[in-house]
Amino acid sequence: MKITLTVNGAAATVQVEPRTHLADLLRGELLLTGTHLGCEHGVCGACTVEVDGAPARSCLMHAGACDGASVCTIEGFGEDAVMAALREGFSAEHALQCGYCTPGMLVVARDIVLRLPDADEARVREELAGNLCRCTGYRGIVRAILGVLAARRGAAT
Amino acid sequence: MKPAPFAYARPDDWPAALALLAEGARPVAGGQSLGPMLNLRLALPERVADLRHLPGYAGVTVQGETVRIGAGTTHAAIEDGAVPGRLGDILAGVARRIAYRPVRNRGTIGGSLAHADPAADWVAVLPALPGHAVALGPAGERRIPLAAFVLGVFETALRGDELLCAIELTALPAGTRFGHWKFCRKPGEFSKATACVLARPGAPPTAVLAALDAAPLVIADAAALLAEPAAEAARIAAALALDDPWRAALARTALRRAAEAAR
Ligand SMILES: Cc1cc2nc3c(=O)[nH]c(=O)nc-3n(C[C@H](O)[C@H](O)[C@H](O)COP(=O)(O)OP(=O)(O)OC[C@H]3O[C@@H](n4cnc5c(N)ncnc54)[C@H](O)[C@@H]3O)c2cc1C
Ligand code: FES
Ligand code: FES
Repeated sequence: MKITLTVNGAAATVQVEPRTHLADLLRGELLLTGTHLGCEHGVCGACTVEVDGAPARSCLMHAGACDGASVCTIEGFGEDAVMAALREGFSAEHALQCGYCTPGMLVVARDIVLRLPDADEARVREELAGNLCRCTGYRGIVRAILGVLAARRGAAT
Repeated sequence: MKPAPFAYARPDDWPAALALLAEGARPVAGGQSLGPMLNLRLALPERVADLRHLPGYAGVTVQGETVRIGAGTTHAAIEDGAVPGRLGDILAGVARRIAYRPVRNRGTIGGSLAHADPAADWVAVLPALPGHAVALGPAGERRIPLAAFVLGVFETALRGDELLCAIELTALPAGTRFGHWKFCRKPGEFSKATACVLARPGAPPTAVLAALDAAPLVIADAAALLAEPAAEAARIAAALALDDPWRAALARTALRRAAEAAR
């Protein structure tokens, strides 16, 4: 089937089988390999991208559902101020080692920062429960997100 | 981990969706249960019919005391307050504990109920609430009491030629008490035992015990449970004769804690 979607601000028309999921479409057709695949059944969070403004599992959206959607992948956040702060925080707090989980972590982290400005550590951990990291033990990731939240609260007062 | 080939259809009105269903297409809404089943090849449909673009499929409308939640309303929308009033507070609290936010952004209340996973959250809570599932078939709409909608594991009262189009609930007065307990070792994981108790002024309290690998147990009059949570929860759980002692203990404890929280 032929579908048209917006990816990182640019229109893309691709010819794919209906069974192709968004992650394979992004990686295989558009060569955006920043989106990673772990489990392919919704559990690990590695494939999380932004769809129509909200995080979604790209492994669970097959081609038809993507027709007309607006997608932002990790490659599309270069100019985003919140993502820039998170990148710095992740680097400073050693919030990644192999980096496999990181694109999905960052998309979810950005959603936490924007949607839950008052989140405390317990809430951040709850919200991260759907993103698995085999390397870091999560402490650095949690600290990085809490740091960005605190800096934004400071800037707002 | 890749689906077998299937065809895709996107009906833009309800008659077209029902016609696709009659031809054997598998409905798909958020794809958060069907998606994994496709990827794992547990589901092998020849064609899927994407319901998300049907008119009125998502969204909440209030008419008098009746709150109609479109089957395509996402868990995240409910978490964020799409349903007004005390009923909305209760539903938002349940929604927030379903899966993870990226799953809730796409998964729908109707898809969850139609899927009828025994451990699913809406399956465990909606039967305690006054209301109906609204099914649409070739002969028109049919209302099925929520307490009688889920019949077994992945089995509902929907007929093969019907779609679930909405959940209709009765608004709840401000003084309504609600207790809910879900046993998960990790947030977002499927529950090992879920219970809820609803006590609204002027009506008998109701309760549900779910995640039993069977249809949810609906207790139409839970007055005794509210009066004596520990003794009644133990009696109800024992009567289920669950095989595993740990499951029996979780069921009993979930029910007791839900009842205590609703007092
Ligand atoms: C990692 C992960 C964790 C999860 N954890 C939980 C959890 O803790 N608790 C929980 O409750 N759920 C959980 N879920 C499931 C999630 O809530 C799903 O969103 C929900 O079960 C299905 O909704 P959907 O709209 O995605 O339905 P779909 O996946 O699109 O469809 C599910 C089934 O229902 C049928 N169907 C859908 N809509 C209709 C309709 N209108 N009429 C008739 N049939 C229909 C489909 O044919 C299919 O068989 C989890 C899912 C994932 C991926
Ligand atoms: S690859 Fe999509 S959630 Fe694991
Ligand atoms: S950094 Fe390796 S999986 Fe998270």
